[in-house]
Amino acid sequence: MKLNDNITNFNVNLVREDFPILKRQIKTGVPLVYLDSAATSQKPDVVIQAMNDFYHYSNANIHRGIHELAEESTALYESAREKVAGFINSPSARQVIFTRNTTESLNLIAYTWAREFLKPGDVIILTEMEHHSNLVPWQILASQRQIRLEFIPINDNGLLDLESYQHLLKLEPKLVSFTHMSNVLGTINPAAQMIESAHQAGALTILDAAQSVPHFPMDVQKLNVDFMAFSSHKMCGPTGIGVLYGKKEILDKMPPFMGGGDMIKRVQLRNFVPNDLPHKFEAGTPAIAEAVGFGAAVDYLEKVGMVTIAAHEHKLVSYAIERLEEIPGVRLIGPSAENRGGVASFTLEGVHPHDISQILNSDGIAVRAGHHCAQPLHEKFGIPATTRASFYLYNTTEEVDKLVEALYKVKHVFGI
Amino acid sequence: MDDLYREIIIDRYKNPVYKGSLDPHDISFEDDNPLCGDHIRIDLRIGEEGRVTEALFDGHGCAISQASADLLLESIQGKTIEEIKSIGKQDILDMLALELGPVRLKCALLSLKVLKAGVYGLGEASDDLVE
Repeated sequence: MKLNDNITNFNVNLVREDFPILKRQIKTGVPLVYLDSAATSQKPDVVIQAMNDFYHYSNANIHRGIHELAEESTALYESAREKVAGFINSPSARQVIFTRNTTESLNLIAYTWAREFLKPGDVIILTEMEHHSNLVPWQILASQRQIRLEFIPINDNGLLDLESYQHLLKLEPKLVSFTHMSNVLGTINPAAQMIESAHQAGALTILDAAQSVPHFPMDVQKLNVDFMAFSSHKMCGPTGIGVLYGKKEILDKMPPFMGGGDMIKRVQLRNFVPNDLPHKFEAGTPAIAEAVGFGAAVDYLEKVGMVTIAAHEHKLVSYAIERLEEIPGVRLIGPSAENRGGVASFTLEGVHPHDISQILNSDGIAVRAGHHCAQPLHEKFGIPATTRASFYLYNTTEEVDKLVEALYKVKHVFGI
Repeated sequence: MDDLYREIIIDRYKNPVYKGSLDPHDISFEDDNPLCGDHIRIDLRIGEEGRVTEALFDGHGCAISQASADLLLESIQGKTIEEIKSIGKQDILDMLALELGPVRLKCALLSLKVLKAGVYGLGEASDDLVE
């Protein structure tokens, strides 16, 4: 990824002021060092405040009721959708469907589009680096509908083997679904190129953008992707709300997902007419306050600037790779910084990641230990688990230093 | 942290006394901790009077899970199946002399879960066994 070195005006200490939780001490004198943003990001005060304000002043159900609060709540909810649409350059806000999270967005496609349009024997291409959320929905579908799953392999450097991808495309897949950025390796996949190849082979595409939309500029039109899924909580917004973006002509042809209120135009005792987009896919009362918070998160990220954020994280991960590689016994997995987002997963010879994580915790350092919902990926690399440090706009190089110091402490405790 | 990584835990992790496998065996069972991929298999030989004559474990995982397996197997030498069935969560915590949060508790209890599923002759280990 090419980055403008646009971080001259970026002051990470000012950014940190925006996040109340970063003032927390894990115990007296031990400040929080939060290196687990790939699991969930922290929230700036403006997001927490927007949700508070909603409940204090505006709370009502949406899309019904003519009273002042109902109108206001509806406007706030729909303006959040507009903001998110702008953030990813969607041609229309109607193509932004609010779901619970990335997982639900991917399942929505598997349960509606795939069950309507795929036949037994059809091929779906995934990759070996998928999160379980872009794996299990397709496994369920495959076993129920006799769909064939194929996987683009990863090479030893943690990059997708694109030559094998070209061979797999000869199977005339109906769908290619892949992660934009691996939550374990940090690999940023060449999405535009992979989508173009899929289209040439006649397949639709899904981009799991849970780890990319929060971290670098996104343009669904430029990517020409058919579906894209991501979550609010990884991009400074609240949990409980995520997005499915889709091309309008495809979404229009899809049957509804869940049935209920708001997703219908008309209901009779024995039949119904589905509502227009996006409401067709939003049955029941949605996460309204969360949408408001999500909108505030998008405003916040745009104010800081996505190019700036990407450049800051690139700086952090490059520094982290350099420092971690200095430690004897540490093995990093994944590509060089050039093809990598703000994630560094590693093993330390002789110490299980759980123990590493526990000892780091005593220095206030929050990292993730385990297989990070990507078990097949870990099997590929022949390791049961890794420790993962992941970075966001509020992290500093001093925090990387603290991580490195604490890893030496781990080695000391284990006598290695 | 200092409590958690007391010398006995690190020592049993690095130099387990009851690690290995038994072939033949009377009882063998294995299971994973799906959260972190820890894996433990326990083999038992049962002598006359239904007492454990030999018990060994094999597997991989964090210091807590491996040390706890080693200490557990030490504690069941010579015990009857009925006595093993009565071992509970608190016994393991007493043995480790640790207080553990919900995540690490799963590491500490994996070996007991495997052991009990084995002695009950169950097809699947379940968390109910170590409540």
